[in-house]
Amino acid sequence: MFYATALKKDSRPAGRESSSLVRFFKHALKGDELARGIVFACAASIIAITILLVYELWTKSSLSMATSGLRFLTSQTWDPIAGEFGALPFIYGTVVTSALALLIAIPVGVGAAVFLAELAPSSLSDPMTFLIELLAAVPSVIIGLIGIFVLVPALQTVVPALKSVLGFLPIFSGPFYGVSVFSAGVVLSIMIVPFIISISREVLLAVPRDQREAALALGATRWESTWQVVIPFARTGIIGSIFLALARALGETMAVTMVIGNTPKISASLLAPGYSIASVIANEFTEATGDLYLSALIELGLVLFALSIVLNGAARLLILMTSTKGSK
Amino acid sequence: MLTVTGVCTVLAVSVLFFILGYLFIQGGRSLNWDFLTKLPAPVGGTGGGMANAIVGSGQVLLLATMIGVPIGFLAGVYLAEYEGVLFSSLVRFVTDLLNGVPSIVIGIFAYTLIVLRVKHFSAIAGGVALGIMMIPIAVRSTEEFLRAVPVSLREGALALGSSRWKMVVTVVIPAALRGILSGMMLNLARVAGETAPLLFTSLNNQFWSTGLSQPTATLPVMIYAYAISPYPDWHRQAWAAGFLLLMLVLSVNVTARYVISSGFSHKARV
Repeated sequence: MFYATALKKDSRPAGRESSSLVRFFKHALKGDELARGIVFACAASIIAITILLVYELWTKSSLSMATSGLRFLTSQTWDPIAGEFGALPFIYGTVVTSALALLIAIPVGVGAAVFLAELAPSSLSDPMTFLIELLAAVPSVIIGLIGIFVLVPALQTVVPALKSVLGFLPIFSGPFYGVSVFSAGVVLSIMIVPFIISISREVLLAVPRDQREAALALGATRWESTWQVVIPFARTGIIGSIFLALARALGETMAVTMVIGNTPKISASLLAPGYSIASVIANEFTEATGDLYLSALIELGLVLFALSIVLNGAARLLILMTSTKGSK
Repeated sequence: MLTVTGVCTVLAVSVLFFILGYLFIQGGRSLNWDFLTKLPAPVGGTGGGMANAIVGSGQVLLLATMIGVPIGFLAGVYLAEYEGVLFSSLVRFVTDLLNGVPSIVIGIFAYTLIVLRVKHFSAIAGGVALGIMMIPIAVRSTEEFLRAVPVSLREGALALGSSRWKMVVTVVIPAALRGILSGMMLNLARVAGETAPLLFTSLNNQFWSTGLSQPTATLPVMIYAYAISPYPDWHRQAWAAGFLLLMLVLSVNVTARYVISSGFSHKARV
């Protein structure tokens, strides 16, 4: 950076010796170096915070890892009084609610993304996209409020009809109290649909025009061109958006806690109450008696952290692969 | 296909309108002056308000901004203006990582970092948790808007003999300031609604908080506590608080997005 050195003047009087330490500070306190040092320190502090996060999670859960070992992930018994900490009910609850949420959100989300990217005129598409991004901004505790006071009573009127038709299936067996894994899945789908819509829409908009035009030129209908050419081209990005939505669903705490029923039991029925990893941490953290209990909850936090890293990393890789493919 | 995909879109959008409408109907009538200025009534009693929660939320968000915005902004300046190839990619990767961490895990981090060490809950711990959540988005939005400033602006300043840092501070940042500020507003709105990290850092408080090192009531935590309680009056207040929170969050979002979109059309032309 020649301009910096051209402007710097050697201000030491002739014959005076300064120590290298003094020279270092004089150099470092010059405007440019100081500014660079400050912003570098801030950037480095982010790395330091993340390393500290992993370190704290690891050390504080080491007690539980040493005591329970692999049983933590395979045992179904969560009995704080007896000192037995098996996290399988929570892992099951998290997986089932997320899977149910994805089952609802993927068709609705991809369908809406196709409508907004391909079919709707821009004057309709832009405001609707804006509204859907506002839905993503609604705090989770408010969706939980709607879940407790609107969704659960509504389900209590609808589900008996469902049970009378499909009650023979094991996933719809058992009594329905309103709060259940099913309600949690529905509430979670409301929260993740905006992410799928907005990312899928951007990915679909990034598909080059010549792909669509080539399909239409070969005589395909609008439906065929979208379904058989555009979507497969953008498939990697759409799957990336699904991974991102899944990562978000796994960590979602408040709305799920309010409607899942808080019962650490694995049951085949979707209508039974359950428990998710984030919910048990939220409910029991402040009431954890004893170091082992707290350490087990922090180990659950570590599990959640690891899952979110893996999913987010995979999602970004997939979305990156689509965007580089489109720029060929 | 048009009908099927159109129905999906209408379904998604109508959920938003339903939430807005329902909160307006349920919460609007309970939102009165008493609610905004009184402390909560004793358990099971009627009346009272959430003044301590509103002030507490303000305190915790102020702390979060003081922690998250400077670090995020300056790190964004580093990524946009000074490039060290390996280090920059590392910082971006770690920032994305931190962004994807569930909010409750960041709450656990603030708990082990502060609450376990000083042995009591505090608003400061809550502010630190929310501040850490603000950092990744602050970094990303600052970098994006700084990069959008034309290179010719920077070269003009350097050609006139400015030093590097002066160029950044007096030319580049003011040119991108509008976008950066709206990015920070969006960030704040997102963090204002977060409940999970506050559950075991700033906890809750039935009375006025006596200082930043004491537990404090915050709006989202109060909504949660009141919603799962068995008292109908508390449910009514939870709706009112939910309406207040939603209005604040959505109005900040709409303003910020409007500022960003109109800002791009008035970008400096050089």
